[in-house]
Amino acid sequence: MKPLRKFLDRVKPHFEPGGKLQAFRSVFDGMETFLYTPRSTSRSGVHIHDSIDSKRTMIIVVMALLPCFIFGMYNTGYQHWLAAGEQSMPFWSLMLYGFLAVIPRVVVCYLVGLGIEFIVAQWRKEEIQEGFLVTGILIPMICPIETPVWMLAVATAFSVIFAKEVFGGTGYNIFNIALITRAFLFFAYPAQMSGDKAFVATGTAMGYGPVATDGFTCATPLGQLATAGGAEIQLTGIDGHVISTWDAFLGLIPGSFGETSTLMILIGAAVLLISGIASWRVMLSVFAGGLFMGWIANTAASPTYPASYLQPVDQLLLGGFAFAAVFMATDPVTGARTNVGKWIYGFLIGVVAVLIRVYNNGYPEGAMLAVLLMNAFAPLIDYCVVQSNVRRRMRRLNAKIS
Amino acid sequence: MAEKISNKSVLLNPFSKNNPVIVQVLGICSVLAVTAKLEPAIVMGLSVIAVLAFSNVIISLIRSTIPTNIRIIVQLVVVAGLVVIVDQLLKAYAYDVSKQLSVFIGLIITNCILMGRLEAFAMGNKPWPSFLDGIGNGIGYTIILVITGFFREFLGSGTLLGYQVVPQWCYDHGYANNGLMILPPMALIVVAVVIWVHRSSHKELQED
Repeated sequence: MKPLRKFLDRVKPHFEPGGKLQAFRSVFDGMETFLYTPRSTSRSGVHIHDSIDSKRTMIIVVMALLPCFIFGMYNTGYQHWLAAGEQSMPFWSLMLYGFLAVIPRVVVCYLVGLGIEFIVAQWRKEEIQEGFLVTGILIPMICPIETPVWMLAVATAFSVIFAKEVFGGTGYNIFNIALITRAFLFFAYPAQMSGDKAFVATGTAMGYGPVATDGFTCATPLGQLATAGGAEIQLTGIDGHVISTWDAFLGLIPGSFGETSTLMILIGAAVLLISGIASWRVMLSVFAGGLFMGWIANTAASPTYPASYLQPVDQLLLGGFAFAAVFMATDPVTGARTNVGKWIYGFLIGVVAVLIRVYNNGYPEGAMLAVLLMNAFAPLIDYCVVQSNVRRRMRRLNAKIS
Repeated sequence: MAEKISNKSVLLNPFSKNNPVIVQVLGICSVLAVTAKLEPAIVMGLSVIAVLAFSNVIISLIRSTIPTNIRIIVQLVVVAGLVVIVDQLLKAYAYDVSKQLSVFIGLIITNCILMGRLEAFAMGNKPWPSFLDGIGNGIGYTIILVITGFFREFLGSGTLLGYQVVPQWCYDHGYANNGLMILPPMALIVVAVVIWVHRSSHKELQED
């Protein structure tokens, strides 16, 4: 590591004001602080330093995402082998296929997103913020594996510019960037983003792996639900076997890349909770809201809305619900800040997600829209909580005086 | 209008510096509604130019005889009469487009630009400047409509004025039309980008 430090020290003068490359100062700053802890210290006053800064926070979130990511690679390969009708499933081939299928998407998301962040930081003469570290890996994980790479690039560029930089950059965004990307893709390219073909990789990945049988289609469990009729619901996987609650929990089902396995999401949730980065209040209340609404829908089940026949627990396990609860709703920037507000915010996300899923057949999955909707309401919730607190204390004060 | 403005600037100001849509932010609803395709956007723009110019002239001619208490009603009657004429003309000579525009021609009556110009300009100026003001504001409105319609039709349908512009080989290689461009929210974002570009080249218009 020594030579790297020396190299940085040697080139640093060029990036200082007056140096040859001063225009690229924020790029250099970004690189240096990414590799090393900044050396500058505060000059005045007494400061208490916590060793956790936003870079470390982001890295922990990325680590919490890794189990889902690795499982997603395996599941992509697994679903693909099933689609190709092959019998033998060597573990490492599945992993390699999934890896090759997803890595261009991750690279493109990071290139586009970080590229825009770097350019904007140069232009505004600000430091580069590290907010995209998490977003860049989230985007491929919440999209179907068959999403064309150029669409990911367009959507990432759109959401980084219009949902983030326009509002002032990292930490100022009103809506979750990754979900805006997903929503953009969903509304702009519905044919490629939903339906029977998007969720299972059919071609080879960079020339590796078997090719699926021609005209192969398989809908996700929620997609099957949305088009099902009558009270009999039978969710099936690619090879025709019935998907049980246990399958849905483990996650070997068709779905977006990183969000099928509830088990892996729970491991990520544990990492986030133990390190104290995500709010347990939000997570718990999202699940509570989902269960509550799932229970209501289930007691009032009707054939018009086939998804209402799902057991409340299945509502939590299928689709992106658990992923949204653990990684999307807990985003500290776009969520509610007050403790009471977090309960309300999370609970409503859960309720709205299941509400959309069950009662709007046009949208098989409602978690994305629910989180975005509640993002918009989070400041209002906080305001009401703070105001009611102010009023309560005023009453107490008045009672004391009189 | 206290200060005297030359006829030229009455005509030209609304093009950019005092554009009714992106500076005064009037008539946004119709911009969102009719710009999914370029052709209805152009027809809508022309209709607004015609209605705005002639209603400005008529109101300016009778401005000293209108009782102040009922001036809004008089203005509405004049505009409504002109809108009905335009609507009938479109139905007679451009039936398909008038179908596409449906109620939005009728809704020109409620377009804020019209009432705004009648109140702010025609009520206090002679017919000729009023006519120029109507033409200028109408063109300013049409410019924004055409820009928005161009991008929305190009990116959303791959066509311009109904002709295929994006070549077939793009689609063969996986290009797809952006369905979001057809939806009204994207019109809002396209207009926002137009405002963004416009403000960044006109520093005096930037708010804090």
